[in-house]
Amino acid sequence: MKKSKAFWGFLVLALVIYAVVQGMISGGILDLYYQNILIQMCINIMLAVSLHIVIGVTGQFSIGHAGFMAVGAYISAIATMKLGLSLPVAIIMGAVISALAGLLVGIPSLRLKGDYLAIATLGFAEIIRIIFLNVDYVGGAAGMVVTNMTTWTYAFVGVVITILVIANFTNSRHGRGCISIREDEIASDAMGINTTYYKVVAFTIGSFFAGVAGAIYAHNFFIIQPTTFNFLKSFDILIYVVLGGLGSLSGATIAAIFLTIVSAYLANFPETRMIIYSLVLIIVMLYRPTGLMGTKEITSLFKFGKKGGSKV
Amino acid sequence: MEWLQQLVNGISLGSIYALIALGYTMVYGIIKLINFAHGDVFMLGAFIGFYAIARWDLGFFPALIISMLLCAIIGVIIERVAYKRLRNATRIAALITAIGVSLLIEYTVIFFRGASPEAYPEVLPNTSISILGASISSQSIMILAVTIVLMILLQFIVHKTKIGKAMRAVSHDADAARLMGINVDNTISATFAIGSALAGAAGVIFGVYYTRIEPLMGVLPGLKAFVAAVLGGIGSIPGAMVGGLVLGVVETIVSALGYSLWRDAAAFVILILILILKPSGIFGKNAREKV
Repeated sequence: MKKSKAFWGFLVLALVIYAVVQGMISGGILDLYYQNILIQMCINIMLAVSLHIVIGVTGQFSIGHAGFMAVGAYISAIATMKLGLSLPVAIIMGAVISALAGLLVGIPSLRLKGDYLAIATLGFAEIIRIIFLNVDYVGGAAGMVVTNMTTWTYAFVGVVITILVIANFTNSRHGRGCISIREDEIASDAMGINTTYYKVVAFTIGSFFAGVAGAIYAHNFFIIQPTTFNFLKSFDILIYVVLGGLGSLSGATIAAIFLTIVSAYLANFPETRMIIYSLVLIIVMLYRPTGLMGTKEITSLFKFGKKGGSKV
Repeated sequence: MEWLQQLVNGISLGSIYALIALGYTMVYGIIKLINFAHGDVFMLGAFIGFYAIARWDLGFFPALIISMLLCAIIGVIIERVAYKRLRNATRIAALITAIGVSLLIEYTVIFFRGASPEAYPEVLPNTSISILGASISSQSIMILAVTIVLMILLQFIVHKTKIGKAMRAVSHDADAARLMGINVDNTISATFAIGSALAGAAGVIFGVYYTRIEPLMGVLPGLKAFVAAVLGGIGSIPGAMVGGLVLGVVETIVSALGYSLWRDAAAFVILILILILKPSGIFGKNAREKV
């Protein structure tokens, strides 16, 4: 009952945000520059939330998320530009292939733990990037020209679906299995939870939505290049999740929104942006290693207040 | 005889990887942290060497020593400022901090001097020596000699000196070492100092050999050196040397076969194969050897 209330609440909120922004776009208040920032924001939220399910919920440290984004971007670009399919079909194609890539990468590498897993995912992401770099069909190092098709509607619908699916997954039986792996892998194994299965499931879902984000990203700019998807992109996504709080969906979303705005303002000073990013990362880790929100959600903040009141 | 030449090229490249990998493996052995900033210490070493040679007109060896000293200091500062508080933190927190330090060093350098590459001045005579029909540059031999001397020196420090004994003890069991009266903090700092000095040396050697340095040059060699450390068995000093050399030779062979664009992928394929098939690496068995 409570869960469905949150679900409808979220849906209504999403509709209101969509209506307001769409109204502002139609009314000409938001020009192309702001629309682009909004789309960028949506892409970053999708990436952050899709990495959140791997790192925050399941506790598996992956730093190769940009690789799956690249798969989604390139596959969808091939679908629209070479095969002439429509954008929604292309997005789904990109996401499915990206999920398959996640499955392929996840099955061998999720047997590893901690640091080794991090390095293995980084390695896989680099291999994916180098493959795209060397395939002439998608333009090699020069990149691939893609028509600009993404609109605010596509990006926003993508975000809503991503958040809904991942929030519901986290609250489901499977999600609880994943959380138990994060808390203590050995204990959850002993409780009869198939840890490998849940880790692979979370990783595959994460890569699916990274693929969606990649597909929307690919059709937002006029060109995609393999260098866009290097490990710096993976670190960017990692920063959203870490800053927001490892294990907090709303935290990851807020961090993605906030950092997109910051980087939009610092777009002309890329070095300063990276210095600020890295300093924030270090300071947050030194003084608040759980991230700004910890594992709390923004909704639980309100609940906490209510409970505290009734107890007194 | 082209193969012999490629082999020498591979060994030269591999010895650079090995020097960087030593720092990774020592730090990992002692505090179980992948020091992502290590590749950037390597970059700083290359730049310090460059300024020493180009601005202050020093020779190769003075530049090498200055670079090693400054890098050792930088390594200790990084350890004291960023990593020391994280001794008891989760592995993820430590790893993220290391990534943060790495990005901070890279972009601070870019902020102050721009991202443009720099051409290393020629400090070593570059003549070709013909051995068994293969022409081998005197630089390769020089690099190999410097690397071997540094590695022997490292073996001496680790196995024959008091601080080396302390390092081995702390990596074996930090709590027991503390109970035995070893100053664990100083030992960890010494490990960072030695590892960073080796990275600095690798930076200068890289600059002399490849003649082109830039602020982001440390990222890929850093990752590959880490691969080398894993390949050899992380925590093992002989493992890092062997892993570095194997990686260098494999990369050179892949390039020589005409797949030079796939060269970077080769390292990561090796990494994934080794992680899946034998995560402890080639020298993983002798865990007592680790530092």
